[in-house]
Amino acid sequence: MSEHHKETFISKYIFSLDHKMIAKQFLITGMLMGILGMVMSLLFRIQIGNPGESSAVLQWFLGDRWAEGGILDPNMYLALVTMHGTILVFWVLTAGLTGTFANFLIPLQIGARDMASGFLNMLSYWFFFAATMVLLSSLFIQTGPSSSGWTVYPPLSALEEAIPGSGLGQTLWLIAMALFVVSSLLGGLNYIVTIINLRTKGMSMKRLPLTMWAILITAILGVLSFPVLLSAALLLIFDRSFGTSFYLSDIIINNEALHHVGGSPILFEHLFWFLGHPEVYIILLPALGIVSEVMSVNTRKPIFGYKAMVGAMLAIAFLSFIVWGHHMFITGMSPFLGSVFTFTTLLIAIPSAVKVFNYLVTLWRGNIRFSPAMLFAIAFVSTFITGGLTGLILGDSALDINVHDTYFVVGHFHIVMGLSAIYGMFAGVYHWFPKMYGKMMNKKLGYLHFWVTFISAYGVFFPMHFLGLAGLPRRYYNNDAFAMFDNLSGINEVITFFAITGGLIQLIFVFNFFYSIFKGSKSVQNPWKSNTLEWTAPIERIHGNWPGDIPEVHRWPYDYSKPGADEDFIPQTEPLKEGEIEH
Amino acid sequence: MTNLLIALISFLLIVAVVQFVRVSELLSKVNKEDVNEITEKDNKTQGILMLVVGSLFLLSVVWQIIYWGPLALPAASSEHGLLIDGLMSFTMWLIIIVFFILHPIMFWYSYKYSGKDKGVAFFYTHNNKLELIWTVVPAIVLTAVILYGLSTWDKITNDIPQESQIIEVYSEQFAWTARLSGEDNILGNSDFRLVTAENHLGINMEDELSQDDIIVGEVHIVVNKPVLLKFRSRDVIHSAFLPHFRVQMNCVPGMVTQFGFTPTQTTAEMKVQEENEDFEFVLLCNKICGSGHYNMQMNFVVETQEEYDAWVSGQKTLGAQ
Repeated sequence: MSEHHKETFISKYIFSLDHKMIAKQFLITGMLMGILGMVMSLLFRIQIGNPGESSAVLQWFLGDRWAEGGILDPNMYLALVTMHGTILVFWVLTAGLTGTFANFLIPLQIGARDMASGFLNMLSYWFFFAATMVLLSSLFIQTGPSSSGWTVYPPLSALEEAIPGSGLGQTLWLIAMALFVVSSLLGGLNYIVTIINLRTKGMSMKRLPLTMWAILITAILGVLSFPVLLSAALLLIFDRSFGTSFYLSDIIINNEALHHVGGSPILFEHLFWFLGHPEVYIILLPALGIVSEVMSVNTRKPIFGYKAMVGAMLAIAFLSFIVWGHHMFITGMSPFLGSVFTFTTLLIAIPSAVKVFNYLVTLWRGNIRFSPAMLFAIAFVSTFITGGLTGLILGDSALDINVHDTYFVVGHFHIVMGLSAIYGMFAGVYHWFPKMYGKMMNKKLGYLHFWVTFISAYGVFFPMHFLGLAGLPRRYYNNDAFAMFDNLSGINEVITFFAITGGLIQLIFVFNFFYSIFKGSKSVQNPWKSNTLEWTAPIERIHGNWPGDIPEVHRWPYDYSKPGADEDFIPQTEPLKEGEIEH
Repeated sequence: MTNLLIALISFLLIVAVVQFVRVSELLSKVNKEDVNEITEKDNKTQGILMLVVGSLFLLSVVWQIIYWGPLALPAASSEHGLLIDGLMSFTMWLIIIVFFILHPIMFWYSYKYSGKDKGVAFFYTHNNKLELIWTVVPAIVLTAVILYGLSTWDKITNDIPQESQIIEVYSEQFAWTARLSGEDNILGNSDFRLVTAENHLGINMEDELSQDDIIVGEVHIVVNKPVLLKFRSRDVIHSAFLPHFRVQMNCVPGMVTQFGFTPTQTTAEMKVQEENEDFEFVLLCNKICGSGHYNMQMNFVVETQEEYDAWVSGQKTLGAQ
């Protein structure tokens, strides 16, 4: 329980135990890392879009060491690709998304004073911060940061002779990831325990907002799968530094035969993807939860099919543990395994489809308020449809043969993660900003941000499918080495144009965010007229969330436009009227 | 330079827009309006934008399919590849149809149900029958997709003809080397510890079976005759990608992986078909392997039996060296 203590700058803003402050720490760190990751993608996009042309931008950012004469060094190209992936998948879409919204919303939406352990919560942020510092330090070392792709397959990631980034850069990456996993586990445990144990009176599991269900399921996924990544990383550290052969065998590098015998890189791939696949659902589920909330509030209707939505999330979570091999169809693993994973992977399409249909019916006959959050929620549905459908191609082993590791994959995962999940994150920020800061974000800037982003993002990633079908591999420094790709430069130019436009417009969002914290118009307590508990807490934000007793809950969160009610929303705290039936 | 200018101009445009918004905010403050409340007018505008931008988006997808679709790889030049192309076609049609059904619904609803001050939403919580329908129907469709996919995969990975010509493809940072198995169609033993400056692939020269093996820098194979490629790697994971044949298989240090296929078109035929004198079947690396990853090339030449016999008779076996 939080006791009254004298607040200093340090205890309020730095080592805070308050979940709301910790959430903002995750958010701001995630945003800053997101900007860095985005800039990296623009840098390597400049290279791939204009190979061989000297770029002043590259020279300015990377200097003579990595961009002599304005031409990107091939090793640094792979380093940027690696760091972009690592930062965006883990730092932004995992820590930034879950860390922010789980921390901010759980106590407020379930009716608790704070998380079960404010101390563990604080630690989870500071481990994350430490991980961030270690990762960032790898950008400044002589041999460069990790460069073997965010998937860091050995032997490439095990041997510094194979690529410079696999020296100290890779070590720092592994240390950063170990710290990151600790942060995730601390957070995840807290979220699970809090949601299960600290719900207020009347908040049964059946009355939990879908956001809470999503975060709970995400946390369970995390605690079960992140440790496996940690083990993969530990074994890699052993192979790199202590001469073991978990992943290494029969290697000649720099004309020298290495002593390692008996290991298999495929072991790493299994261990990595055992986390790697649930990881993408750890990224997606919170976004699904946020979108469910934002959609319901802004259509002024219940989310359609609450039980089905929960069931679908549970099905997705369960299935996500048995599909990882679809990242490995052509690794040389047994073809029979390939069949099993094709089967399970295509199955996951079913609960995903159910969710999409439920969202569409939620829109149907609604009275839609187009806040910027709502626009992003709708865009989420669009990109989830698009990205999900191309997943059907990639999940089919026979089809994967020719699109694996091509731009088809790059298009697919960017649309589901870089678009869907990020849109969910934007929706969440725009929607809960008033609760976080007591101010409203500027809606005109929000609209501008949305439309330019929506158009640019599809402009970047939709064309990539065609590059993939033309056979263009990913992680290529330039596409000029093979004549067969010469006719693809037109597509690449379109992509580059939208990448720069889309990247720059994010500055509007960043400006809007920080400007509104200080100069935004003051928000009322419940600006969106929402039912969930967080809006019953005072807009000024206090430790312990509610000044008096924690409110009691009498109904589910989705009584919007319920016939017989005075207003088009009935907060969860409203007792049932005489003769009123709970939905 | 152009990129820098674009970036600069865009940045200035953004600054201009932001200033404009700040001014409008101040103006509203003067007029005592709540500047950030979402009004019915906003809803109308955004709803219209959803319909318009949505439609333009869908049209752009059609445009992309028409103009960029043909840039895809030509039809497969292998037997199993044609099976894959059939499955790809089927699945693509399926997802394109679903895409063009769901998206208009979404954009249309967004437009039609844009919020009005006097509007009332429909309190509709659930419908179990609907849920059942749209669980079962996708399940049925996906079962068909799964069965079709698995039968194709089985044909590709399991049906390896006995008489397949065995060829080793050896990958390293950053080049490919190939080894024909010779008359006996068996590759001689190899071991990484046998690698020397003269014996780059580490072949066991004591092994009888190695004597008729032939090392080449360009692979020739006979049209309509099955081959079985065996992959090794010297250093890190590479991936042998032969897009025209629909062949891809990782080359993993410490193990031998394989992929079998039967080419159905000769290089000469492809040169005519593609209207490209310089067409070659290429082998690319498709797994990140270091700074030279983008430039690992080897050609595969598909030719008639006579042409092949002529070519191979000009090559030296290991035993003869």
